[in-house]
Amino acid sequence: MSSVGIAQALPGRRRFPAFRRLATLLGVVIVGTALLVAIFAPYLTPHDPFAQDLNLRLIPPVWMEGGQPTHLLGTDQIGRDYLSRLIYGTRISMLIGVLAVITSGLIGITLGIVGGFYGGRTDDFVMFLITCRLSIPLILVALTVVALVGSSLAVVILTLGLLLWDRFAVVARTTAMQVRNLDYIAAAQAAGASRVHILVREVLPNIANHLVVVATLEMALAILLEAALSFLGLGVPPPLPSWGLMIAEAKEYMFFSPWVIMTPGVVLFVLVLGVNLLGDGLRDMLGADLER
Amino acid sequence: MVLFILRRLWLAALVCLTVLVVSFALTHLSGDLAASIAGPNATAADIAIITKNYGLDRPLVVQFLEWAGHAAEGDLGRSFLYHAPVSGLIRDRLPVTLTLGLTGLSIALLIGLPLGILAAVREGSAIDRGIMMVALLGQAMPGFWLGLVMIVLLGLELQWLPISGVETWQGYIMPGIVLAFSAIPALMRLTRSGMIDALAADYIRTARAKGLSRTKIILKHALRNAAMPVVSIAAVQLGFMLGGSVVIESVFALPGVGYLAWESIIKNDFPVVQAVVLFLAVIYIVLTLLADMMNALLDPRLRA
Repeated sequence: MSSVGIAQALPGRRRFPAFRRLATLLGVVIVGTALLVAIFAPYLTPHDPFAQDLNLRLIPPVWMEGGQPTHLLGTDQIGRDYLSRLIYGTRISMLIGVLAVITSGLIGITLGIVGGFYGGRTDDFVMFLITCRLSIPLILVALTVVALVGSSLAVVILTLGLLLWDRFAVVARTTAMQVRNLDYIAAAQAAGASRVHILVREVLPNIANHLVVVATLEMALAILLEAALSFLGLGVPPPLPSWGLMIAEAKEYMFFSPWVIMTPGVVLFVLVLGVNLLGDGLRDMLGADLER
Repeated sequence: MVLFILRRLWLAALVCLTVLVVSFALTHLSGDLAASIAGPNATAADIAIITKNYGLDRPLVVQFLEWAGHAAEGDLGRSFLYHAPVSGLIRDRLPVTLTLGLTGLSIALLIGLPLGILAAVREGSAIDRGIMMVALLGQAMPGFWLGLVMIVLLGLELQWLPISGVETWQGYIMPGIVLAFSAIPALMRLTRSGMIDALAADYIRTARAKGLSRTKIILKHALRNAAMPVVSIAAVQLGFMLGGSVVIESVFALPGVGYLAWESIIKNDFPVVQAVVLFLAVIYIVLTLLADMMNALLDPRLRA
């Protein structure tokens, strides 16, 4: 499917360019904002995100009855400012998204390019590794690793990075297969370029557009998975303000004050949506077509 | 065909073997399994007793071979926590997880297929864009959060559905919907692209030239050809859903295999963790094997 899909990607019908551009713009704005918030978090927070105050427990957001203008989004069950925690949470999500994708990208792209370019036994082995990886239940294994090794930000990043390489490998492999017989590869070989040079300087740049799109998909997935792991108590450890952990901690109170789970969930949803919109936009711009 | 099946079975067996090694290695990650079992408050003597009782002082290879040998016979070891055979624990909880997975898959197919077909038929239109937007929204939805929101909204505010447990069939509705959300985008996209390819094929033009009705062309000719990849992705998605049930089952407190796994991870009951990882992986391997064979049966070109 993918080989045909990529070949047909360019002349596709684009009847709603304005709509698509708007969606991409929205993605850029969301991800850009998240990036800026993550970087400048200490300057943006109105309160210390870790400061507890039992007198200020569960203050609702400012637009609800009982809200206070000093705590725009209210406070949590031990009086920590929700807005400040959400701002620092952006840092965790972005950090995990970016670093996990770099790790998994390195593994997946290397495997995929080598398998796709050389074919034969090498490729069989790469395919075998991909099949094995897909057979292993992702969340369960991640939970087990974190439980055994101990929960910390670094462990979560590494665990997700070591698990999420499959799609990188699949796409790098398919696209490397398509470019391996092209003239510029033959030219480089004739010119006496080394194997590494051909893979890194000739193959990689020519399939990079597809890999960038995969990177956005994986980043969205990594952010969602971190939230799920933290929600289950085996991700980022407290008192770090991971959005998933915030939802887990507020869960007991959601029956009386439902807003406590709303805000972290909404920002999580919006960020992941933004990353996906950005990915869709890049797919159009770079002419990469991956229907999955 | 026989050769294809044999080769595919051989690959599946190899993958099973690898998963066996991985699930064993996984629980030995911490280095000292006995200390992990004993917990943080255990004395050195406690740990020594555990090490001896579970045979953890023997070489890893011996431990692995013993475990793998028993696993191959269906004996997945004993739970530290329940003091019962793990295979029995899984068997008791499997119906809940399977019902949940199949409910999720059915809902996903009921929503994903028609929307995917509609998007393909109206390719490039506002309807198509709208449907693809729904796919994006679904992809961005954190399942555990959607579950909590539904519990508050449908369970508590409106009191339409039970908020946890599976005493009645209604208990499967909310978790089923949440689980379906994870599979709908992929099913929808694949149905759409498959239908677009199929609708552009020559035999569709022939069917049109014959004067067949539009509905008949879409449902009978195009859909049949677009269905194949959808069948295999549905099998794969069911595998993912069963693996992902650990999150949903703990949100809704469903007594299934996923919940058992989560509980065992939290309480350091490693024989159970090992077994569930292996079990879910084998289910996935079997599902993809079946999907491949079905595809090969339907399309002789794939038997190469």
